[in-house]
Parts: sequence; structure tokens; C-alpha cells
Amino acid sequence: MPTKLNRKTQPAIQPPGRIYFPQPEIYRLSNGIKVYQFNSGTQDVISIEMVFTAGSWFQQKPFTAMATNLMLREGTLNYSAQKLSETLDYFGAHFENTTERDNAYVTLYSLNKHLNNTLPLLSEIVKNPLFPQNEYAVLAGKQRQLLEVNRQKVNFLARTHFNPIIFGKSHPYGMFLQTGDIDNVSHTDLAGFHKDQYHSGNCTIIVAGLVNPGLMKALDEHFGGTDWSGTPSEREYYKPLPTEKKNHFLLKEGAMQSAIRMGNLMFGRSHPDFAGMKVLNAILGGYFGSRLMINLREDKGFTYGIGSSVVPLLQGGYFVISGEVGAEVTSQALSEINLELLRLCNNPVPESELALVRSYLSGEMLRAVDGPLAQASLYRELIEADLTMAHFEALIDTVQHISAQHLQDLAIKYLSPEKLFTLVVGPEEI
Amino acid sequence: MVEFDRFTLNNGLRVIVHRDTSTPIVAMNIIYNVGSRDEHPDRTGFAHLFEHLMFGGSVNIPRFDEPLERVGGENNAFTNNDFTNYYLTVPGHNLETAFWLESDRMLELAFSAKSFDVQRNVVVEEFRQNYLNQPYGDAWMLLRPLAYKVHPYRWATIGVHPSHIEEAAMDEVREFYARFYNPCNAIMVIAGNVETEQIKELSEKWFGVIQNGTVYNRNLPTEPQQTEARTLSVNRDVPFDAMYKAWHMCSRMDAGFYAVDLVSDILSAGQSGRLNQQLVKSQRLFSDINAFISGDIEAGLFVITGKLMKGISMEEAENALQVEIDKILSTAVDETELQKVKNRVEAIMEFSEMRVLEKAMNLAYYELLGDAAQANELLARYASVTTSDITLEARKLFKPENCSTLYYFANK
Repeated sequence: MPTKLNRKTQPAIQPPGRIYFPQPEIYRLSNGIKVYQFNSGTQDVISIEMVFTAGSWFQQKPFTAMATNLMLREGTLNYSAQKLSETLDYFGAHFENTTERDNAYVTLYSLNKHLNNTLPLLSEIVKNPLFPQNEYAVLAGKQRQLLEVNRQKVNFLARTHFNPIIFGKSHPYGMFLQTGDIDNVSHTDLAGFHKDQYHSGNCTIIVAGLVNPGLMKALDEHFGGTDWSGTPSEREYYKPLPTEKKNHFLLKEGAMQSAIRMGNLMFGRSHPDFAGMKVLNAILGGYFGSRLMINLREDKGFTYGIGSSVVPLLQGGYFVISGEVGAEVTSQALSEINLELLRLCNNPVPESELALVRSYLSGEMLRAVDGPLAQASLYRELIEADLTMAHFEALIDTVQHISAQHLQDLAIKYLSPEKLFTLVVGPEEI
Repeated sequence: MVEFDRFTLNNGLRVIVHRDTSTPIVAMNIIYNVGSRDEHPDRTGFAHLFEHLMFGGSVNIPRFDEPLERVGGENNAFTNNDFTNYYLTVPGHNLETAFWLESDRMLELAFSAKSFDVQRNVVVEEFRQNYLNQPYGDAWMLLRPLAYKVHPYRWATIGVHPSHIEEAAMDEVREFYARFYNPCNAIMVIAGNVETEQIKELSEKWFGVIQNGTVYNRNLPTEPQQTEARTLSVNRDVPFDAMYKAWHMCSRMDAGFYAVDLVSDILSAGQSGRLNQQLVKSQRLFSDINAFISGDIEAGLFVITGKLMKGISMEEAENALQVEIDKILSTAVDETELQKVKNRVEAIMEFSEMRVLEKAMNLAYYELLGDAAQANELLARYASVTTSDITLEARKLFKPENCSTLYYFANK
């Protein structure tokens, strides 16, 4: 007898399986540069990511680190900017140049069949950039305009103005680009920054995709020499200096939405509370069904999106709740956020919700190791913080076993609303 | 090459299965054949609002997201002019939850008043966040009705105005669902470490019982040919002037589509694109400028948009742009440049096949166009474009009477 279809009950839930994380092959180039290689996937493509100790942390003047990174491809010893772009585009390859606070990245994405033509371009831009004055003038002009446009957005203003509140405006993690900063940086500053930061002593390489047998040798030929050596940069200690005032407001006239940022200093990946906070953060604002989303979006319709993040850096870290709400409901939105924080402090998370979050995070971690590019990305975060896979495995363990009580303790310790700093960017101070 | 199997249930639901054993994750992508082009002109933004309501509970399941999160899955959706696309990824051993969820909301929505009220507010916030509260955010809302006078592409997917969304009523929601959300108007793709037999069983079990509705026969008004250049000037509170130009192009199914797409790449792909090299880097008239196609299934738009450098007049910028357009009309593209843009297309395709979700979306899209197998013919179609095709299509495209221009002036 066929059984009638039961639509009321969810089909049997299979528990998350063991998350398999392949180990990279690790080797060193002749000059000591460490290479991590994830050789897998179905596509005949490769990504080669070069990680440099060249983030904004190391700049003397704002804009220098980002501009240096962007200008690498704008004219080198053997290629004009145009010829380089033409050649790169001809082979269907592209670069991704990004600069974060701690490190800077130069990544080549290429089809394997063209790697013989594209890998030399990566070497050119990393080792032989010229920082031509002309090209820099164009870049600076573009960035100046981009900054001006971004400063019209409440989201951008909130993001940039929040960090100095918790780190202090002179702290490397607190500084942000102001109008006028770009005028103070010349193309010769970039050459200096490149010389100091972009050398083999500051370099790690991560390879992902299907790896040709000849790649190790090619990498060594291009990057393994002593022709671009340097002393590894050290990070001095900077003490965070949060503001006295807890609540801040920035006026953006006529804005239809207010951007809210609420948070505090926190810690880096190796802190014993990091894993627990990742779970707590998920519950609060780390997925679509989180407390903040359910309350402020799905129940009240105040916002299109609100969430929270635990952000680890190499010297500490921070926690922040962020979102944009209808300007007319700003005050209520802040109350509801406070309410959710207090709920976490005063009440242990119910078992059913905790089970859901465990499952969701397991799924998220499964996605985070799906395919060579994802694996490389995850692994990069670990090695930047001098960690190994054991850290990721411990995170999985915490997700699966942390107790509601422990989570509540963490909430009281870190998320009590009166401890947090708040910034509102909007049309009206509340 | 993306291999697949295909079958259709008795109720008209088309199902495609792509096997990929390299990942533990399975993607499920469902396209419903309804987009903002199918809306009533007084109720724009409705298809997108409706997409939100699909998450507010179905007849047996109070919330879509929660059971999926409970098995480690993730999901989202988007609506465009042409169709509405729902997608999810889930660890393979919990695939049946996905079948349960998607089939229930295809069966019947809960039509909760509370969900409706809330989602209207959420969509209004989305309207504000992405369009009204952003510098240059309303440009598309001005450009579309300039280029289109009759065809529904004249309004944006988000809607003409938040009031259309605020005034939407529940009975309109029910009617919309009944009209469009039927198995015969849907295409479902499953991609991952699955077997076709297994998917057949699951599809039959969960979707087979859903009654068919009426096939939606689209009958939209045709846009009359544009016979003279159109312009519109506006002043806004933004830091820099901007320019938006749109030319009517052929439909996705037209043989000339691939050449038109490559024209946009010749002008704008990568940093070596002509517009970037000439107008940004060399002449320093724009801080950035892009050429792209709108991606519509019916006759869409070829767009060039850029932000002017401070101090450059709209006239000077426009003249310089026209010089670049004239070049592509008068001088055949050389083989190297054409090969460059073809190589780029190939690379994009190679990289896009790295993830099951993208493969699933692609197969669904091409099935909507008529045959999922077209996904595997793309490379050959692009490769076969000749330099004469480029000139021919460019000449059809860049006729002055085919152009609509929005001059977006910064308040000084």
C-alpha cells in the first residue's frame, strides 16, 4: 500500500557528515617562500595568490598601501600598462589586486593552457612595477571621485567611521581615507612602499585548481630567486584607544535610511573565546534566520538586511552589528537590537534553535571547503594568523558541542549592550 | 561541457539533472516563467514582491528558510525583467528536505496577512537602500521609460515607485500565484552527486501530485521602432556628472546576439577595453566608463554609462565617446582583438563551471530559452563570430535614431 505523502513533517534529517578538508601540498621555493597548493577540481584553471605583508598597517600615509597595490599593473619594466592589459586580456586571464588592513593580495586567475603566457605577467607586476606618474594621475583622479561618491552613502560612512570609535583614529585599524589624503601621496611614495613591502621575505603563495606538473619549477624560476629579497616586516604593537563616548551620530542630510553600527573591540582567531563567539554571533546575526533578521526584518519590516560579524585581525579584532533601517524607525530599531542582546544575556538559547544553528554552521563550513578555490581561501585565513587545520577542526568541534550555558556566559561577557559602542549615520539625531 | 538528463512530469514540470561527483553539495534551481515584464503597469514591482512572499510560508510549512537551515542548507532568489529564480544548496544527504520545501510552495502558499504586510515594508526598504538612498540610484528608473514607451521593459523590476508596492492587495497576490506559479511554468534543475533515477523518484513523489495550471502564454505589446534620438536631462545631488546611453538591441535568441555581446566586450572588457584605454586613461574624460548589454530575453538594451571627470563638459565627453563609436562602425576590428574577447568568454565559462550552483542556474536559464543543450553550444557560437559580423551588428545598433541618452547633472 503506498503511504500517503506526509507534507506536514520534514523528511528525516541526516546528521552532518564529517567535513573532509584536504591538506595542501606544501613546499618552499629556493629563496624560502612557502607555497601551499590545492590540486583538485574539474576545471583546467588555476589561481595563484600572492600574499604580501603589505596592508594599510604598514603605510606612513593613508592611501599608500592601496595605491601601490592597484598601481602594480600600471606599467612595468617590460610592459606598458596598456600592453600588459592587452596581453592579460588576450589570454582570458585576470588579476585581482586587493589591500586589507593587515595584508595585500595579488592573484592571477588563468586557464592552464595559457599559463606560460600569463605567469610571467604576474612576475612582472610584482617584481618590476614602475609607478609611472601619468598612470598614477589617472588612478588618483579615479579614486578621488570614487571616494566622493562613496561618501554620499550612509553605509560607507558608517563602516569607515566606526573603526576609529573603537580603535582610535590614529590606530592602523582605526584610520580611514579622508578627502585630501590622496593629494598627499605621490608616485614616488608608492615606489618606496613597494621596495619595503613587496619582496620575497614578505611573501606567501597559495595555488588552487588543477596543477600542471611544471608549475613548481615555473614558480621557482619567477619568484624563487634572491633578486627580490628583503627582511620580513614586523608589526609593532599599537594600543587601541576607544572613545570615551559610547554613542555617536553622524549627520547625512536627507537620507531615507539610517546606517547603524554597534560593536566593540574583540580578539583574533587564536583567542580561546573565538570559536564560541562565532557560534554566538551566528545566533545573533550571522544568518537569515538569526535573532536580528527575524526581529528587525521578518517581524517588523524595518530593514532589508541586518547582521553581525566577528572580525578577527592579526592584532586583535572586533565585533560589529550592521544594517540600514528606515530613517523614521531608527529609534525603534536601536531598541530592538538592544532587546536581542539582552535576551542573549538573560536567557540560554533554546535547544531547538541551537540545533538549527549547529546544523546551519556545519553546512556553511561544508560550503567553505567545497572546491580548490574555497579551500585555498579558507586556508589563507589560517596561515595568515599562523594557525593550522587544527584550528578549523576545533571550530567544528565547538559548533557541534558548545553548550547553551557557555554561550550565555559569552553573551554576558561580550555582548552586554552597555559595553558596546554605537554609531548612527542618518538624517536626524535621535 | 555540462552533461545532463531531462524529463517532464505529467503536470508539465520540466526537470533537469546534472551529475557532479566532485562535491558533497547539491544545488537545486527553480525558474518560474514570470518576471516584471508580466506585471500590470499600475502594479509594478509585483513579481519581485511576490518573490519575497514565497518565503513567508506555504500551506504545510510556516517558514521556508528554517527547515533548510536545519539541514545545513542555504538559499536565495532573484527576479528580473524576464523570470524569477529560486536557488538553494544543501549537503547532498539532506536533499529530500529541498524537495519537500520547494514542492510545498509550488503546491500552495500560506498567504499570511502578516507576512504580506511585513514584506511590503521590507521591499520598500530594499527600494530605498538600493535605489532611492544611493547616489545615481534612480538612473535606471529614468533611462528605461526613455528607451521604452510601450513594452513592459519600461519599468524596473523593483517597481516604478514604492507606492505601487504599498498599495498591493492580497487578492492580487492570490491571483498572481494562481496565474504563474504552476508546474507547467517551472523548470527545476538539480546538480550534484545525484542519480537521475533517484531524482525522478523524488520529483514524482513530491511534485507529481501538484495539479497542473494553465500554461502562461505571454502576449506582450511590441515596442515600436524608435525613429529619433531621445534625450533627458536631470539635476541631482551627486558629486559628478554622469551619462547613460542606451541603444535597442536584438533579442537573446537572435543570431546576432553573440556579435552584439562581443561588441560590448571590445569596448569595455577588462582594462584593455577601448573605452577605458581611450576615454579614461588617455584622454581623462571619464573616471570610469562601461559598455554592457542588459541581458534581457526580449529585445533589450546595449548600454554605455560613465562618470565624467570633474571639470569635463557633457558635450566634450559625449563627442569623445561618439568618436569611439564611429571607429567601430568604420573600421573592421582586427583578428587579434576579436580573438581576445573570445578567449575571455572561454575563460569565464571555464571558471563558471567550478560550482554546481552556477551550472544549475545556467542549465535552467537555457531550458527557459528553449533547450538546456544550448548551454553547451555557447562557446562555438561565440567562436564563430567574424569581424564582419561585428561591423554589421555595430551598424545596426549604433544608429543615432536608436539612441536614448540620460544626462545626469550634478547640482553645483
